[in-house]
Amino acid sequence: MAFIQNLINGIGLGSVYAIIALGYTMVYGIAKMLNFAHGDIIMIGGYVAFCTYTYLGWPVVAAIVASIIICTLLGITVEFLAYKPLRGATSLAVLITAIGVSYFLQNIALIIWTSNTKSFPNMVSFMPSVSIGDITISGTTIITIFACILIMVGLTTFTSKTKLGKAMRAVSEDRGAAELMGINVNVTISLTFAIGSGLAAIAAILFLSAYPTLIPTTGSMPGIKAFTAAVFGGIGSIPGALIGGILLGVIEILAKAYISTQLSDAIVFAVLIIVLIFKPTGLLGKKIREKV
Amino acid sequence: MKKMINKSTVTSFINYGIVIALFAVFQTLSATGNLSRQLTGLLIPICAYVIMALALNLVVGISGELSLGHAGFMSVGAFSGVITAAALQNSVTNDVARFVIAVVVAALIAAIAGLIIGIPVLRLRGDYLAIVTLAFGEIIKNVLTCLYIGVDSKGLHISAVSEEALGLEATGKAIVKGPMGAVGIMKISTFISGIILVLIALFVIQNLINSRTGRAIKAIRDNRIAAEACGLNVVKYKLIAFVTSAAIAGSAGALYAMNYSSITPKKFDFNTSILVLVFVVLGGIGNLTGSIIAAIVLVALPELLREFSDYRMLVYAVVLILVMIISNNQKTRAFIGKIFGVFKKKKEGEDN
Amino acid sequence: MKKLMAIGLSAAMCVSMFAGCSNSSDSNATTTAKSGNEGSTSTALTGTFNLGLIGPLTGGAALYGNAVKNGAEIAVEEINALGGVQFKLFAEDDEHDAEKSVNAYNTLIDQKVQAINGTVTTNPCVAVAAEAYSDRMFMLTPSASSTDVTANNDNVFQLCFSDPNQGTASAQYISDNKLGTKIAIIYNNSDAYSTGIYTTFKNKAAELNLEIVSTTTFTEDTQNDFSVQVADAQAAGADLVFLPIYYTPASLILKQAKDAGYAPTFFGVDGMDGILDIEGFDKSLAEGLILLTPFSADATDERTVSFVTKYKEKYGDTPSQFAADGYDVVYAYYDALTFYANKKGSYDVTGVSYSDLCEIFISVFTDSSFSSNGITGNGMTWSTEGEVTKAPKAMVIKNGAYAGL
Repeated sequence: MAFIQNLINGIGLGSVYAIIALGYTMVYGIAKMLNFAHGDIIMIGGYVAFCTYTYLGWPVVAAIVASIIICTLLGITVEFLAYKPLRGATSLAVLITAIGVSYFLQNIALIIWTSNTKSFPNMVSFMPSVSIGDITISGTTIITIFACILIMVGLTTFTSKTKLGKAMRAVSEDRGAAELMGINVNVTISLTFAIGSGLAAIAAILFLSAYPTLIPTTGSMPGIKAFTAAVFGGIGSIPGALIGGILLGVIEILAKAYISTQLSDAIVFAVLIIVLIFKPTGLLGKKIREKV
Repeated sequence: MKKMINKSTVTSFINYGIVIALFAVFQTLSATGNLSRQLTGLLIPICAYVIMALALNLVVGISGELSLGHAGFMSVGAFSGVITAAALQNSVTNDVARFVIAVVVAALIAAIAGLIIGIPVLRLRGDYLAIVTLAFGEIIKNVLTCLYIGVDSKGLHISAVSEEALGLEATGKAIVKGPMGAVGIMKISTFISGIILVLIALFVIQNLINSRTGRAIKAIRDNRIAAEACGLNVVKYKLIAFVTSAAIAGSAGALYAMNYSSITPKKFDFNTSILVLVFVVLGGIGNLTGSIIAAIVLVALPELLREFSDYRMLVYAVVLILVMIISNNQKTRAFIGKIFGVFKKKKEGEDN
Repeated sequence: MKKLMAIGLSAAMCVSMFAGCSNSSDSNATTTAKSGNEGSTSTALTGTFNLGLIGPLTGGAALYGNAVKNGAEIAVEEINALGGVQFKLFAEDDEHDAEKSVNAYNTLIDQKVQAINGTVTTNPCVAVAAEAYSDRMFMLTPSASSTDVTANNDNVFQLCFSDPNQGTASAQYISDNKLGTKIAIIYNNSDAYSTGIYTTFKNKAAELNLEIVSTTTFTEDTQNDFSVQVADAQAAGADLVFLPIYYTPASLILKQAKDAGYAPTFFGVDGMDGILDIEGFDKSLAEGLILLTPFSADATDERTVSFVTKYKEKYGDTPSQFAADGYDVVYAYYDALTFYANKKGSYDVTGVSYSDLCEIFISVFTDSSFSSNGITGNGMTWSTEGEVTKAPKAMVIKNGAYAGL
């Protein structure tokens, strides 16, 4: 019984990683860049929702929408100011810039909201927790898993069925050829960031509803974990992010419960290394073809 | 061909020259009492960061692999150096000798760590390799946080539980205390030893780069498939660069640790790895002189910006982003290229 | 260009600082501050005393550093308003990092400080203490509670309880009041403070025959999910959960315990103080939480009330235990200087070197007739090891507010 409860707790934690990893993988898949600032956009999204809800007294839905809008705008702005000038630069240059953006957002948040802990309200409390025998599944977990699947299906449909989505895939496959086909690469990448950042806002609300500590560094560790999850599942693959996230959460909780609470992080990362050794591009990653 | 060799030797000597000149300047300043306490305190950490930047540049710039966990090697070196120094405290009384032994042991153990992690990891590519090095750094930090090591007349005691579990004699003392890190370190790092280590690191890296091995490493970076087709053993050469870099990072860790009376595993986290990566990238990937200067400037800058307090990290972030954009944007690059192009053409004209 | 900007900015900051000073001294001029040592007069003591402060003013731990700084500023204002000796506070940021902390310390030496209020956090404090020991600079730390801070350093004193002190006091209190028979502990094993209290608590508990049924840990990187730790305590049937941790992770543990339908008695130490001030925190979660802390913002004695009022007025926050510690450190220095001046007849502290002052402070703080009254304890005295003696207060949270036990 305890095992099943741990498993469910693991899925709960994993679903949070998964929803953040979806944003990571989306941006990586199309723009081919590691957006290290993704975790910090989540943090900003959390603060926006917190402020509109607690200070301005907006209803939950309005707070969520405000958070999504602000994050989307922030994503587009960051992309325009910091990443767009670096189109065609080495991936390392983009990575360092992303880290710069991450520092910037954290310090802005520190100045605006100080480092005093804020406790995020549970914004999905309409969903009660479900108990089957001894086992409890919290409402937040149910909503998060549901949201993950919905977003995954939505993103997959979007990229395979719509014209814009197809353009995104084309950009991801071969930027130069896509441009020759008349696809506006810049607009497509901006759109990707907009979607990724919007997802970050949703992730922020679900993440913070489950784990309500809101501080300027709230986004960094989940960001790294979600990045790990995305790589675990095969970065760039949308179902991979979901599977990677859930697996990571389950491994973390089981490691804590049955091996050591002290070493759980070491175990999670060790499993990642072992998986990558046997499947160098992650669980669902595409095989990299070498071009001569 | 002859000219090329000359050029690389010249750059090498420029680097030695810069380091020695800086040493002379600071030494004179401090001898004449013109160096503030603030700057004096920064000298050894700067040396350690310069060595770290050089080590990481070998992996990122010369070997072309992105490592996000280099602070892990620094950590391994720092802790093994500190433990060695503490264990030898009674048998080797000379500070200099103990320092040298500690640094050598630190470099060796970090090299072993580099080998263990390098063999499986270097088969991976690009971002996957980056994430594994990141994971490795986190594992090191996590494991060291649980580690307790003590020393008494019977030798070293190791435990993963608590200080009492070490079962030390009354005269023994705990060196590494889990989350508290290593405490009661003898401060035996000096500015001179730091400078000497910088010079050794430069010497090792520059000779490696200019050797046959170094050319092979660069060939693999530039075109792996072509290099493979020429019969180069890719994993072997990548491993040479990686392990050398780990060893140098380990010695930097030992130098750093023995400058403070306590160090914690938390210090060598992801953020420290990134910090060093920033030195390398801002200094110019593959450019050793750049790494040295960037490390010095970027360690000193936040300290000199102390008056800005709340805003200094913000300024730092903005500067970082701007520098990246200006140095990497094609338009600004073309613009800068044009300006320098004029000079270049003139120079070439003069040569002719 | 950059230099110009730097000069401009720092000039602007100076102006705003002065503006801030004059404003606040106006508002405080009417309230007469009370010195810690009420019996003694301070007329014997004159001059200017430069006090350095080191703590995390930016970064993740900025909360603690800023609280200490704010508390210290209030104390400095009160002392300066008395006339007589004038205190000048120099605060430097260390970002909760040992390297930066040593840099901050060196900067303070360049600024000619005469003693140090700090450092706020433990690990940086150990590093700075060693430097201060070789320089002969006196340090009184408001909140670095590990014994490693004071060990072998005769110049470093603590104003807060040491970790072992808190661990044993907690075990004793639980045993004396029979708060629980089966005890679970959740502590942060990546934090020296938490691990230190845990170790001594465990030893004392064994001595007092308290049964510990579950011990689980977490690290700073895994302090989001506590489902495993809570489930472990619940499965072991613990009726008291001891939380020697800071209030931020504790608030998550309380929430997740409630989600799991688990309601034991929760018992915390001084790091728990502040849990009720988390913005947006559901206070009902903390109902019945017991904590052993030297300071409570809800205390009704005159000094605490005056401090809390001033603090709220000036910084718009309820002061935490850290703020109170910072405040008390400044008064401890004031009391020590006054004590020395009274003994000598008169004393001008202006320009005395820090190494001379260090010996003076060591002799005063270890003097058996010296004590300092603060808002975190009355009649605080110090041992030669630098540990403070004061009485911890047990508080319980009732109806969303602290109440004495």
